[in-house]
Amino acid sequence: MMSMYLDFVRIRFLMMLAYRVNYYSGIVIYAINIGAYYFLWKAIFGEAETLQGFTVIQMSTYVAVSWMARAFYFNNLDREISNEIVDGSVAIQIIRPYSYLLVKMMQGFGEGLFRLLLFMIPGMVVVSFIFPLELPTDPVQWIVFFVMIWFSFLINTQLNLLTGLGAFFFENNQGIMSMKRIMVDLLSGVVVPIAFFPGWAISIMNWLPFQAITYLPGSVFTGRIQGTDVWNALLVQVAWTVVLIVPIMLVWRAARRRLFVQGG
Amino acid sequence: MNRFAFTLGLYRDYLANYLKTKLSYRADFWIEVLSDLLFNGLNLVFIFIVFMHTPSLGGWSEAEVVFVYGYFMLASGLFSTFFSAWNFSERYIVKGEMDRVLTRPAHSLVQVMLENMDPPALFGGLVGLAILISSWTTLGLPFHWYDPLALIVMVLGSCFIYMGIYTAMAAISFYSDAPTGIGPLIYNIQNYGRYPVEIYNKTIKFLLTWLLPFAFVGVYPASFFLGRLEEWWMPWLTPVVGLVFLTIGISFWNYGVKRYRGAGS
Repeated sequence: MMSMYLDFVRIRFLMMLAYRVNYYSGIVIYAINIGAYYFLWKAIFGEAETLQGFTVIQMSTYVAVSWMARAFYFNNLDREISNEIVDGSVAIQIIRPYSYLLVKMMQGFGEGLFRLLLFMIPGMVVVSFIFPLELPTDPVQWIVFFVMIWFSFLINTQLNLLTGLGAFFFENNQGIMSMKRIMVDLLSGVVVPIAFFPGWAISIMNWLPFQAITYLPGSVFTGRIQGTDVWNALLVQVAWTVVLIVPIMLVWRAARRRLFVQGG
Repeated sequence: MNRFAFTLGLYRDYLANYLKTKLSYRADFWIEVLSDLLFNGLNLVFIFIVFMHTPSLGGWSEAEVVFVYGYFMLASGLFSTFFSAWNFSERYIVKGEMDRVLTRPAHSLVQVMLENMDPPALFGGLVGLAILISSWTTLGLPFHWYDPLALIVMVLGSCFIYMGIYTAMAAISFYSDAPTGIGPLIYNIQNYGRYPVEIYNKTIKFLLTWLLPFAFVGVYPASFFLGRLEEWWMPWLTPVVGLVFLTIGISFWNYGVKRYRGAGS
């Protein structure tokens, strides 16, 4: 049973590997984006030593690592699921002897593994040569960071499953998908670290799953979260991973009752 | 002149056709408008949040940066309405649609533009104009009778720059079969133009001014209205650079069409 699911990981990984050239330009694009924010933040800091507890070098490190983490956890599962629902091929998949959502998750893992090895890690190396960054020296910090972006991946993929399944209920899922994408970029702290938001916004965002995607691992990597707080951050991520299973299951149950495929 | 009228007539007909198809899927249209605006909203939120922590960005105040962003939205919204051939290589070269285009009398580039019209993007442009006007009043800028005319000239110049660059990018597929991935690359560099060029280092400033002149779709023309530039002629280079890049882009396209040998199917 398990080996079947592992095969989905393997196949997706190999499929991505076949199109790896597309991702080389991805590294350059992410470097360009990091560059834009690097210069912006440098200008924002101006003469100031620290802003909201960030030093300039911590900020550039945060920007670089959060974009590179995005290179890893980002995937288009929402669009994939949405398309399969719209064109009806989801019906064939549902009657197969596997869990549709688990298969999607496994395909996500395959893509994630590819993105980690051929996108994020080489990208991180390239970026650390271009921009002045302060990488952690403590190996424990590195290990915790990699564990944490694993959870970032899980939470982001769960949100993708949830938005993708929206296609069961809405004729046009495009708007919800792009809204989700913008919300993840803004509220997870890729564009602006959460500490920079006004107080009322921070208190709302602390109760949303998005901060667990980028802000928490980024803060651990830059050393802004230390000691026992690291474990609290990890706990928040684990909690969201577990909690998000509930809405996915509910939506999935409701969705299967609604499904009808035209023409079959 | 006759030819010009003919092309304009084509635009009218294609637009009517577009509206007819979209009116049967009204929700799609508004969803496209919404996601377009959300994307711009994200960048504006970034600007607002950032200015909570700093009084100026490279010597530019919040209202000025918003003004520049409004100009950028106006020009790029207008441009994307009439030109959005992002998947040119896939749709026209790989699938062989270019052969169909070439058998028709209108200029090939005009046809490609017509077939890829994207009117929802116009709303982004309108919002840009609104932002421009509102920060104009916030800043208390003087209003001269020639300002609207200057704005039209500047925006046209900016659109020409985009058109020249992206026409050249699309035309690359006449010369090379393999997807180059250069389009998204340029698109991401384009985002640098939204902010004052003073914040970048010399190399990037040079690149954005002369090689990929995206600074002319934002900072330079906007600083004419903001009345803040040491070199008074810099904003006026916008239409000049626009014409130069448009000419280069179209020549590159025309030469590519001449070289084009068909999809072979």
